[in-house]
Amino acid sequence: MKKLALLTLTALVLLGSVVSAESITVKGSDTMVILAQRWAEIYMAKHPGTVIQVTGGGSGTGISALVNGTTDICNSSRPMKKGEKDKLKIRFNSLGVEIKSAKDGLSIYVNESNPVKELTLDQIKKIYTGNFTNWKQVGGPDAKIILYSRENNSGTYVYMKDNVLGGEDFSPSAQNMPGTAAVVNAIAKDKYGVGYGGAAYAKGIRMVGVKKDASSPAYEPTAENVKSGNYPISRYLFMYTKSRPTGAMKEYIDWILSSEGQEIVVKVGYFPVK
Amino acid sequence: MKRKFRIGEFLIEQAIRSIAFVSLAMIVLIIIFVFRETFPIFSSHNAAPSVIAKEEVQETYGEPTSSSSVSANKGVDAVEGDASLKNLTGREWQPVSGQPKFGLIPLIVGSLKVTLIAILIAAPFGILAALFTSVFAPRWAQELMKPAIEILAGIPSVVIGFFALIVLASFFQNVFGYTYRLNAFVGGVALSLAVMPIIYTITEDALTRVPKVMTEASLALGATKWQTALFVILPAATPGVFAAVLLGIGRAFGETMIVLMATGNAAMLSWNLFEPVRSMTATIGAEMAEVVFGDTHYNVLFLIGSILFAFAFTLNAIAEVFIRQRLMKRFEGI
Repeated sequence: MKKLALLTLTALVLLGSVVSAESITVKGSDTMVILAQRWAEIYMAKHPGTVIQVTGGGSGTGISALVNGTTDICNSSRPMKKGEKDKLKIRFNSLGVEIKSAKDGLSIYVNESNPVKELTLDQIKKIYTGNFTNWKQVGGPDAKIILYSRENNSGTYVYMKDNVLGGEDFSPSAQNMPGTAAVVNAIAKDKYGVGYGGAAYAKGIRMVGVKKDASSPAYEPTAENVKSGNYPISRYLFMYTKSRPTGAMKEYIDWILSSEGQEIVVKVGYFPVK
Repeated sequence: MKRKFRIGEFLIEQAIRSIAFVSLAMIVLIIIFVFRETFPIFSSHNAAPSVIAKEEVQETYGEPTSSSSVSANKGVDAVEGDASLKNLTGREWQPVSGQPKFGLIPLIVGSLKVTLIAILIAAPFGILAALFTSVFAPRWAQELMKPAIEILAGIPSVVIGFFALIVLASFFQNVFGYTYRLNAFVGGVALSLAVMPIIYTITEDALTRVPKVMTEASLALGATKWQTALFVILPAATPGVFAAVLLGIGRAFGETMIVLMATGNAAMLSWNLFEPVRSMTATIGAEMAEVVFGDTHYNVLFLIGSILFAFAFTLNAIAEVFIRQRLMKRFEGI
């Protein structure tokens, strides 16, 4: 009998310690999921009392989860839309808090055999809206441009549409691929393809230099150029919380924004905010 | 004589009955759910006014201190689209846009195109293979072929899609030299691999159900094996073959993964078989995960689901009529 009581007591103590561990759930952008996992792993190794769960699903999914109260932090590669802020306001009477956690340069890829080395923002816009359909219109060979795009729920798609296409629609002939890897893969196999996405170093593709306008120099999406803002297509990667972070969550976010957290950003292949 | 009441038997009977009713109820609930989520399109759809006061601004935390001139992400706020009949019958599918366009025509044409290609390939192959196994093949070949083709039905569609994406697409591009690597044709060919086993199995069943008497009578009258197969057995089994093709069409129309992976997913409206298409199923598969719940876009995706459902239901009903009524009736007297 005594033994049983002791066992129960031990179990209760163990259970108590599990409950008392601070638990933070993070959900959202697929672009950021590797980065978020790396942050969580290293942070948890240093702070054994904190448990951080990271899942992907996409920026929209993450924001929905924040609105539904099923996640503490949501990752998003695009800013929150007005409708989403509305929902958050109705539910929690708060517009949410935006944290810029990293920077990302959006690269434009072509097949490595493609002689086109640089494009202006305007040319990219015309290519993707379907005004330019032949590579010779931008100084390339006489061949049809094959457009590769992302699915319309991707933060990258929304960013490209809002910031490079100026809100105009993509050409209907743009093929929607599930994920950056699929875009890269398709272009490596397609001599006249063009695509966009985060920095990717893969066999068979090349990133083109991007010029702000015809008279400015072209910049490659390197860490230097993205950080200095010379590379014209870069974006922030956001984290959102319902209210101003406190306690364990504040510690975690502060750590992400510290030089230690930002070093991990560089290791994963994105660019620091500071 | 009065049957003895056995409690065990009674319980088992009731358990089986309730399981049957539960599955029936589930189907009904799914139907109600799909149609309920579609319904808001048809009622007047007034966007809820924004609850955010003009001067309210979202808080930020840990603002980066360096004032680098990064082109800040501008968010262009999408207008909630209207799902009027005019918009739904439009020629453009641009659901995420300043002016959302929910034209279903390119999606329907896309689905039809891929289905047509898949059936044109799968039906002749499936039917002829079934005819071969049930009439001409020696015993050992029969025992080998039937399971082999049925295993083909067991290959997960993701695997077929992956195969099409990596292998078939490059192969066909090298052979035909068309512009788009991923297109309706590649998707249709891959889809035919998934549809063929269905057509084969059902056709084979129908052919073996043809009474032996008919075959023997034909042979006795001096017809060759070929003549018997083509002019006696196959015509006798026509309703079954027809049902097989209909069910194949249903499977092709409803298949998602293969189409999503192999057709390029561009909502282009054209009848060119070598251009990318976006099918109805692929649209739901790709967009449902991240759509804002309760949005017009969300309701339109459910409308697509309802259309698919209605289509599949009609096809299955017709196929059922053909198998049950026509085929059975035909063999009744023999």
